[in-house]
Amino acid sequence: MTKMEDLASPCNPTWCAGCGNFGIWGAFKAAAVQQGWDNLNSVLVAGIGCHGHMINFVRLTSFEGLHGRPIPVATGIKLANNKLNVFVFTGDGDCLGEGGNHFIHACRRNHDLTILLHNNALYSLTTGQASPETPHGTKTKSTPLGNPDEPFSPLALAIASGATFVARGFSGDMAKLTELIIKANEHKGLSVIDILQPCTTFNKDYTYGFFRENTYQLPQDYDPGNKVKAFEKSLEWTEKQIPLGILYQAEKPSYESQITQIKEKPLIENLVTKRDIQDLFKKYS
Amino acid sequence: MNQDILSIKIGGAAGQGIKSAGLMFAKVASRSGFNTFDYTEYPSLIRGGHNSMQIVISKEEIATPIKNVDLLVALNRETLKKYLNCLEKDAGVIFDEATNTDSLEFKAGGNKFPIPLSKLAEEAGNKELFLNTVALGGLTALVNADLTILKELINEEFGDKGETIVNKNYLAAETGYNFAKEHFADKIRNFLVKTDNVSPKIIVNGNDSIAMGAIAAGLQFTAIYPMTPITNLLHILASNQEKFRYVYKQPEDEIAAINMAIGASFAGARSMTATSGGGFCLMTEGYGLAGMTETPLVIIYGMRPGPATGLPTWTEQGDLNFILHAHQGEFPKIVLAAGDPKEAFELTMQAFNLADKYQTPVVVIVDKDICENDQTFSHFDFSGYEINRGKFTTVAQTDYLRYKIEEDGISMRTIPGNGSYLIANTDEHNETGYSNEEGENRKNQMQKRMRKLVTCEKVDMQEPKLFGPNEADLTIVSWGSNKGSILHAMKKFENVNFLYINWISPFPGEKVKQILGKAKKIIDIECNYSGQLADLIRQKTGIEITERLLSFNGRPIYPEDIIEKINKTITG
Repeated sequence: MTKMEDLASPCNPTWCAGCGNFGIWGAFKAAAVQQGWDNLNSVLVAGIGCHGHMINFVRLTSFEGLHGRPIPVATGIKLANNKLNVFVFTGDGDCLGEGGNHFIHACRRNHDLTILLHNNALYSLTTGQASPETPHGTKTKSTPLGNPDEPFSPLALAIASGATFVARGFSGDMAKLTELIIKANEHKGLSVIDILQPCTTFNKDYTYGFFRENTYQLPQDYDPGNKVKAFEKSLEWTEKQIPLGILYQAEKPSYESQITQIKEKPLIENLVTKRDIQDLFKKYS
Repeated sequence: MNQDILSIKIGGAAGQGIKSAGLMFAKVASRSGFNTFDYTEYPSLIRGGHNSMQIVISKEEIATPIKNVDLLVALNRETLKKYLNCLEKDAGVIFDEATNTDSLEFKAGGNKFPIPLSKLAEEAGNKELFLNTVALGGLTALVNADLTILKELINEEFGDKGETIVNKNYLAAETGYNFAKEHFADKIRNFLVKTDNVSPKIIVNGNDSIAMGAIAAGLQFTAIYPMTPITNLLHILASNQEKFRYVYKQPEDEIAAINMAIGASFAGARSMTATSGGGFCLMTEGYGLAGMTETPLVIIYGMRPGPATGLPTWTEQGDLNFILHAHQGEFPKIVLAAGDPKEAFELTMQAFNLADKYQTPVVVIVDKDICENDQTFSHFDFSGYEINRGKFTTVAQTDYLRYKIEEDGISMRTIPGNGSYLIANTDEHNETGYSNEEGENRKNQMQKRMRKLVTCEKVDMQEPKLFGPNEADLTIVSWGSNKGSILHAMKKFENVNFLYINWISPFPGEKVKQILGKAKKIIDIECNYSGQLADLIRQKTGIEITERLLSFNGRPIYPEDIIEKINKTITG
């Protein structure tokens, strides 16, 4: 059993007051307590960005890697020890800019990972440049004349690439986000949650008020099994029409479930021993 | 003609089965009690273009291509055009009788061996498919090798394709053999006569031997993106993963490859990646990540000529500086360089122990000529090898400090999932692993990491080997695959020795200084433009080597070139 105090690290969060990361941090910890995620069963991997500091504030085993690269690190961890819950914390710049290729291929392979995509539509740790999620026309430090690039929907990309659990949450609704994180982890296969997150310092458009005003929960009768409908939903981004909840979910074998070498037990549970290679010599004689 | 060595060159179009025929003939020689070395040249193409394979056969150990060709096997006209003018007068040429030889100038007037290759192949079942086998039959006859060994190999090679294919290949080999016996009886060179009691040998290249070394050393995870010259390493590792219960994962790029391997290693697996120069360019950030997070990792680095795409299928040693200086900032780098497939096997096994022991990336450098040239060896003996995982525990640790300051620089490592609270952090961190930007902490952690290299230098670093007499008129210094050519060339001299360097970092500066300091004359031999090893030696010892034999045309340095250089330097 995990208690909230077990998750407390001696480091205090360094995020700005009101940062959306507080909500994601709180929701993740609440999920960890509910599900009993601890140092026996879970590992966290983070990239670089404001989100990446999270590993200092949760007392769970973690790896903070390079900008854009948490997904391949997490993939290696999962393949070496498929018993672990592997959570990837990544930002919109980290996951969709620098690490876009890894995101596409992780979705395609349906690795059993849970990706929490902290999406504040900006590069904030470097003090506010445009990210792949910054709306067209927005003025930022890197787009002083207005952003000429169009943002894209990470959820549409995830669905198109083959992810089997595709959801959107809002850092301002911790209760719902907690629920989503738990469901994402329970799902066998690649789960991604696009988490809308205000940046109170640099993003004056995507405020708590904006998200409260413009998002809605997908209705009870919404069928996340319908891929075409899900794709449609993933492209929805207009006034009062930003859907939250599980957009798409499909049952498909995860990558790890197809690897016979790790069917019985994780790789790392085999003691490293010197192997006999006499059989290999035969082929070369 | 060297009576102790038989040098055969098989040439033809890509897709004609040059490599498989050449390797099969090398096995014929090896099973007859001879040593072999083969050297392949091919362009970066699948079909079309010219391929060739030289097979050098000797009673003695042989580890180098040579310029001289005793017997050319030309599977097409282009091969004749390309090589006829390079042949010595007494060289033999096997070619298709049907070839239009107008305007081709045979210096080897007396040793023309026209065989109806395509006609006999057609009679065996297929004009194209069996052409190389007919030629192999002819070759077997002309050097007096044992046809039954060739047939034995055909059976092993094609057995799983069914009896018909085996029999057609038998027929192709026999007709080629009989034709040569019958028509060129007086020209047969009595060379490849099977000796009794041949001990079992293997013919392997660096890709084979590195794969074997990794498997033997307990590899658990590897992610490799295809790139010449290490692509075949990937193939061997991928095909053996179920049998030996490790995982090979094909990544989307080299960045993913190294990061996956780091993730798996962090989780506790013995982990490896492999690449060539272009791929390593993408890996450099991950290289530093392994250094900073103190994650063990073996990196196999197969060099080919750069920059950019360069000469993808040729050889060079131009990446030494790059490997030593890859990545921003400083971290302890262990870099080893192999000189032949056997040494690549041994250094790969050792690299896994070093990576675990020093919790840092270990690079094993090979060049394309080691990766892809096959050589005869006795079965590798690694009975003395013991797995050493260093300061490593899978038992839960309380109040655990992943980056605890230790005198030898090495902190206790544990893995996720055993209850320990463990942080690996790419940011500068304190002993626990939390991000920390204080100056004093940074200094302590940097010194701790770098002390690992000092420990490695004391405990594990091996001294360079000096071949030849202790005192000599001339000392050669070199690294990598040049080793074979140099040792071969040295047979012609009694007063030449050779300092062979295979530990690049940490560098055995003292010993190198001691040996080169008393050398009368020194030649640096390298396959690169600037003499990167010589520059490293100057940096580490202050000794400047001005005589340099450098080759950067994508081809190996031949013993003939080395002999010429030695003669000039000694008399000069």
